[in-house]
Amino acid sequence: MKKSPWVFHVNAGACNNCDIEIVDLLTPKFDVERFGIKLVGSPRHADALLITGVGTRQAAIRLREVYRQTAKPCVVFCIGACACGTGIFHRGYHVAGPVDKIIKEVDPNAIIAYVPGCPPKPEAMISGIVKALSVL
Amino acid sequence: MGAIFEREGKDKKMSEALQNLFWILIFPGFLFTVFVGLVASWIVRKVSALVQWRVGPPFYQPFVDVLKLTGKEVLVPEQAQHTVFMVAPLIGMAGALLLSTMLWRITIEPTKPFVGDVIVAIYLMVLPSLALILGSSASASPHAAIGTSREMKLVMSYELPLVLAFIVVIIKTGGQLDLATIAGHTPVLSVSGMLAFLAALLCIQAKLGFVPFDIAEAETEVASGVLMEYSGALLAIWKLTQAILLVALPLFLVMVFLGGFTKSLWAGVGKYVLVLVLLILIKNTNPRVRTDQAMKFFWVYCGLTLAFAITLAVIGNYCGIGWL
Repeated sequence: MKKSPWVFHVNAGACNNCDIEIVDLLTPKFDVERFGIKLVGSPRHADALLITGVGTRQAAIRLREVYRQTAKPCVVFCIGACACGTGIFHRGYHVAGPVDKIIKEVDPNAIIAYVPGCPPKPEAMISGIVKALSVL
Repeated sequence: MGAIFEREGKDKKMSEALQNLFWILIFPGFLFTVFVGLVASWIVRKVSALVQWRVGPPFYQPFVDVLKLTGKEVLVPEQAQHTVFMVAPLIGMAGALLLSTMLWRITIEPTKPFVGDVIVAIYLMVLPSLALILGSSASASPHAAIGTSREMKLVMSYELPLVLAFIVVIIKTGGQLDLATIAGHTPVLSVSGMLAFLAALLCIQAKLGFVPFDIAEAETEVASGVLMEYSGALLAIWKLTQAILLVALPLFLVMVFLGGFTKSLWAGVGKYVLVLVLLILIKNTNPRVRTDQAMKFFWVYCGLTLAFAITLAVIGNYCGIGWL
């Protein structure tokens, strides 16, 4: 799993800025395929969930469902300031909590890694993924 | 005396059975083909990366992927038809494995009498696609249902030109169905053979599920479509099946159109790599087509081209003109 993490990208109410930076990872400049990282289309194939966005009330239900559908063992990555700690939407009426709180409602022992930034640089994401995988 | 003979006969039978098992499981069969297939799938990914000006994955990447998948949890959807869902990947792999073992065996020992001709190969080639259709339609997922219907239409559209292309070869070689005999000819050196080879190459592209004919798996539209609900070891079996097909199908093209491995082993390997690189280049220079475009392409354009090729081949045979 350290050598071939397949990631599934979940947008839980992000402003699309982090999503663009995630897509940057696949471009020739950063090319994460050299580490065996691959974007897959279904959570059943995934080893890691890249979650962007604050986790709105609507998205929270889907987020829990997606986490349940992911084949374990899996890692959750909170990408960006919103996902890590709700960011500028703190105490907003539509916010169901930071992403880690929503995931922990399903599985209290979930492995969660945080990559802060608004949006985080692609370099920061690669460094976060490598650090998280080296701990496992 | 009689008892000794009986025993010798038994031993011979035993050793023959063991040898057959070795054929199927280790040397040209399972282990060897999977190894070559995974290396070939690395070549596909690496060349695609180089075309896109990237570095690409390391050599061992497909092996690590498969190993990792076998260690993951296998999820079966609640509403799925469990037995069919679990058995379908095995059927698919069995078909692909049988095809590749047959082809290798003809490659290595062309003189040995063996019941395997073009028609058997055509049937075995459909088996993985049929298993994929079965498995994904048993998974009770709406995305997989769309993928299934696309895969069915794709199978229906490419089977016709593929069979027509083989008919051209059969006419060119004078009505031969035996693969070992066909591998002695090089039909690609004639006009009709070249046309048939190009059409068959595109059909193989669709059979392997490569862009531009990856409409059944389209990740951006139907989220892996047919493979959507598969996870863990079952997904690993599908990946292995695709790896085996990546060996068997280009090898089949090499045997039917390019003269096989009869001249020398290295020339054969070179032909295989040539076909593989052609497939990769088509994959990397084309966008995905729609289902109706694929059907129209295979039935109208490939069909008409092949009808023309068959006419040429028949005329060439009748008048004794070799290059037609």
